[in-house]
Amino acid sequence: MNLTLKIWRQKNANDKGGLVDYKVTDVSPDMSFLEMLDVLNEDLINKDEEPVAFDHDCREGICGMCSLYINGEAHGPDRGITTCQLHMRMFKDGDTIYIEPFRAAAFPVIKDLVVDRTSFDRIQHAGGFISVNTSGNTIDANAIPINKHDADTAFDSATCIGCGACVASCKNSSAMLFVSAKVSQFALLPQGKIEATDRVLNMVKQMDEEGFGNCTNTGACEVECPKGISLENIARMNREYLKASLKG
Amino acid sequence: MSGILNSSIGRKFAMALSAFFLMIFLLQHFVINFTSIISADTFNEISHFMGTFWLIQYVIQPILIFGVIFHFIMGFVLEIKNKKARNINYAKNNGAANSTWMSRNMIYSGLFILIFLIIHFIDFWIPEINTKYIVGDMSGMHNGEFRYFHELQEKFVPIWRVALYCIGFVFLALHLLHGFNSAFQSVGANNKYTKGLKGFGKAYAILIPLGFIVIALVHHFNH
Repeated sequence: MNLTLKIWRQKNANDKGGLVDYKVTDVSPDMSFLEMLDVLNEDLINKDEEPVAFDHDCREGICGMCSLYINGEAHGPDRGITTCQLHMRMFKDGDTIYIEPFRAAAFPVIKDLVVDRTSFDRIQHAGGFISVNTSGNTIDANAIPINKHDADTAFDSATCIGCGACVASCKNSSAMLFVSAKVSQFALLPQGKIEATDRVLNMVKQMDEEGFGNCTNTGACEVECPKGISLENIARMNREYLKASLKG
Repeated sequence: MSGILNSSIGRKFAMALSAFFLMIFLLQHFVINFTSIISADTFNEISHFMGTFWLIQYVIQPILIFGVIFHFIMGFVLEIKNKKARNINYAKNNGAANSTWMSRNMIYSGLFILIFLIIHFIDFWIPEINTKYIVGDMSGMHNGEFRYFHELQEKFVPIWRVALYCIGFVFLALHLLHGFNSAFQSVGANNKYTKGLKGFGKAYAILIPLGFIVIALVHHFNH
């Protein structure tokens, strides 16, 4: 396949940046999207040009590092995958592909396609944990009986890899799906109930302070989420938040 | 509890509560208007009751006006905040791939509804307030008979006004097609009943505005 790539290039956080056109030839449909970018970068390095900076790590859909907005969608046109799992067979010979960084005021661009997602870390630090004594007397979590439905639902929420596709896809740049998944995975389990009130209040407060937008329930986040995190999590977080606000 | 309206979830919850109130109001408005195409006498009696009963006039009506203003202002506030949350737009964005047109354009359907409401207030509400509270005529009578049905029919004689109202109701339907279920999601209601509720929401969003269109057309052609 021969393709035209329109890639966002930005030298650093202060640079204005813009789209630059690149031609890639003989792209195999079996390549992953990131492998195609690797080939482009090799070519750029051979020509003594600056390679395109993009985030990646595990390349098997687990780490949540890759973060490209491809042809108007987070992680590209396929469903239930991250960018590293996107294959070139999803495109046609002669296609023009737009490759942009995840856009949100809370995800500032560091360079080219790499964005700073430490706002997610700060939200996690605000309450996305349980306090357990680990000084030699750790209680086995499996010793506490848990309703299977709750355990399964909590696990579904915990599959969120924090990639930020929800924020990138949302027209409001809202982080509600991410935060609600982190709130839900604990809210459903007995270990998480003890700090439930503080957790939801602190995490939502941090989310708002980071400058994410307000959720208007468009549902784009759920559709684009590589892990299929459901909007039910947002509804649960809304309930948790209202309950906590009345208590606190 | 005090800071709840300063949070994104609090604002969402407040938006949903005002939406519930407006949707209930819309339903009762439709039911009353619908009587006008069945029986002029019934419509006159209900209109006179609604226009003179103290609880409705001095308690419910101010709450309604507050609800309308609150919903619009909050809608604009959210839009401005959300625009700020993305300082650079995508060069290519395929919103249709993951969300409905209605959900992405609530601010525009809302704006058209606001324009429609202003026209509607000028047409009906302001003359009514003038007759009752400025002229001081609380009788509801004109030339020895109730004036409400006659006034309603007169308004729908010009075809331009009928067309304007029909356009307003189309935007109302578009707004409700997302807004109805969005309000339930905002208050945390997403459970086994959601699928059924979505169906009901779609029916409400289409049938109520369609009913208002039918009422306007019936009065236009029956005059």
